[in-house]
Amino acid sequence: MAGPAVGGDLRILGVTKRFVDFVAVDDLTLTVPKGSFFALLGPSGCGKTTTLRMVAGLEEPTEGSIFIGDEDITWAKPYRRPVNTVFQSYALFPHLDIFENVAFGLRRRGVKDVKPQVEDMLELVELGQYARRKPTQLSGGQQQRVAVARALINRPDVLLLDEPLGALDLKLRRQMQLELKRIQTEVGITFVHVTHDQEEAMTMADTIAVMNAGRIEQMGPPTELYENPRTTFVANFLGQSNLLTGRVTGRSGDDVLAEVEGRRVAFPTSRLHATGEAVHIGVRPEKIQISFADDTASFDGHNVVDGVILDASFIGVSMQYVVRLPWGQEVAVFAQNIRRDDRLVDGAAVHLHWDPAHTFALDASQDADAGAALVGEPAAEPAVG
Amino acid sequence: MSAAAAIPDALEAGPHEPPPAAAGGSLGRRWTPYLLLLPGLLWLGVFFLAPMVSLFSTSLQTGSPEQGYSLNPPRFANYTDVWGQYGEQFLRSFVYAGIATVAALAISYPLAYTIAFKAGRWRNILLVLVIAPFFTSFLIRTLAWKTILSDNGFVVGLMNTLHITDVLAFVGLTDGERVLATPLAVVTGLTYNFLPFMTLPLFASLERIDPRLIEAAHDLFASPFTAFRKVTWPLSLPGVVAGTLLTFIPAAGDYINQSLLGRVGDAMVGNVIDSKFLRVLDYPAAAALSFTLMVSIVVLVALYVRRAGTEELV
Repeated sequence: MAGPAVGGDLRILGVTKRFVDFVAVDDLTLTVPKGSFFALLGPSGCGKTTTLRMVAGLEEPTEGSIFIGDEDITWAKPYRRPVNTVFQSYALFPHLDIFENVAFGLRRRGVKDVKPQVEDMLELVELGQYARRKPTQLSGGQQQRVAVARALINRPDVLLLDEPLGALDLKLRRQMQLELKRIQTEVGITFVHVTHDQEEAMTMADTIAVMNAGRIEQMGPPTELYENPRTTFVANFLGQSNLLTGRVTGRSGDDVLAEVEGRRVAFPTSRLHATGEAVHIGVRPEKIQISFADDTASFDGHNVVDGVILDASFIGVSMQYVVRLPWGQEVAVFAQNIRRDDRLVDGAAVHLHWDPAHTFALDASQDADAGAALVGEPAAEPAVG
Repeated sequence: MSAAAAIPDALEAGPHEPPPAAAGGSLGRRWTPYLLLLPGLLWLGVFFLAPMVSLFSTSLQTGSPEQGYSLNPPRFANYTDVWGQYGEQFLRSFVYAGIATVAALAISYPLAYTIAFKAGRWRNILLVLVIAPFFTSFLIRTLAWKTILSDNGFVVGLMNTLHITDVLAFVGLTDGERVLATPLAVVTGLTYNFLPFMTLPLFASLERIDPRLIEAAHDLFASPFTAFRKVTWPLSLPGVVAGTLLTFIPAAGDYINQSLLGRVGDAMVGNVIDSKFLRVLDYPAAAALSFTLMVSIVVLVALYVRRAGTEELV
């Protein structure tokens, strides 16, 4: 079924999924290149799990079509697709031992001698000695690896992972992220990974599609999404952003000039994602440098605002400041713990400055807080997430 | 009844063991589990163990209804006598109960499956409907079948028109154009009366199956039929075992269905025991039959459970 000759890119073309009372996926089009590690990232209810289930064949799209290579699989039964899934709850068969769980797919396809393949696969996920145990006798992390092995052994064209690390504790999750990335590099199969955890998506994926309300907000490599978000939702959901209300006033060479409460800021044209004059000027907290107000410093070409420290907290690797700007808005600033300035305490007057190249501008018609409240919510998610 | 009363006590007593910190505490705590077991054990002793001993001793007595019975000397030949005399009735009981159990399973499995997976918001209503007949007395329900299966009733008329009775008569389940007073009527009555005992345990074990396991099976190339055979069916086995036992055991000892719906010549062992105890007053033979029935059911059940391998199941 799977093999180098068949298969190809996974293409989702204009897919819509309507349930009785809401639209889970709204006219979604995307291409996942063969062999890539692709993440669908979004809060619960954004349609990412529904998208995954449609690719798996467990849900039928209301409109649109799904291709793998040139083969239209939109209406193919789930058991006739070169696609396998690692389920959120693992869904291991409790009445079968680990060996039989992993061998399940091979046996259904009539493979006669499953032993060498199953043993190789259990070696890959480092569970060789557990072959005769029942799933309930394994820890969460081990069960998770069985679930991966059970899907991967079938060499699918596309492996779907539905929040596969959601049930693991933080440390194990980190470990499994690297493990999954290693396995993916080793086997070269297309992985489509659904998650609500932006850090997990950024760690593992080559390409991330950020989903919100059934649509893709933005898609690209993790660095691009992080450095140059196009919507307030992406800016807030993927990492943290400070968004200041401003107005575009003109251009200067490759830069766009804007004004925030009477202060001039500049940013590259490629980072302007608004058509009108009204914009949200965005900058990530770690891009901002903070300096004591009395110090006479030259900010050579940086965007500068002044403010007062409301709160300074020591995190270890960094200092995190909350600074109140003259017009009342609060911004977050992360300063790496290299040269700590002891004068930067609560109530101190400071200058904040940052490179125009780290600034982005988003359309002001959007909610400045979109996506912010959704970060870090629990993994538990309804089936139609 | 007595055994059923004791088991929950034992189960609840288990986790009540004192926490390690309190181990050196009062003596009373250590005895708590046994105190909790006490009512159940007493019940078991008075209403199960004592009658068993009494029944067994009765089964060895000699005498006649007129002169009374005595255990002096104990007569073990009572057993071989009843085995020789009523072997046919024993066999018939197990065959009828066996057919009724298989029929109940065949009817209940799709029913329980539908209630568990497909009923949606109708689930609770359907469950109530399964139990609803229990609000009527066992006797009335069985008598109702007399009307349903009466010679000039609609059901038998239809069966005759479609020549179903001919086929059934050929395999010995019915008699000519009649259904009432035939083995079929008895088996039908047994199946009907014990159906909820099959449906409810099946429902309970099917309902516990995570639907994602079925999805996982489909995802791993199992067609709907294969997914059922390899995942749903094995996971529902505890319910199948419980349901078949709850149906087979009472059906094998039942005599109401046979006496109301069957033919006098086709007695089940329950009918024999009934008449020995209450009409002929031959207590030793009745006790020997009862004891034999009980032991053979225990042996059959033990073999069955061993074979079904329920301890392997989750």
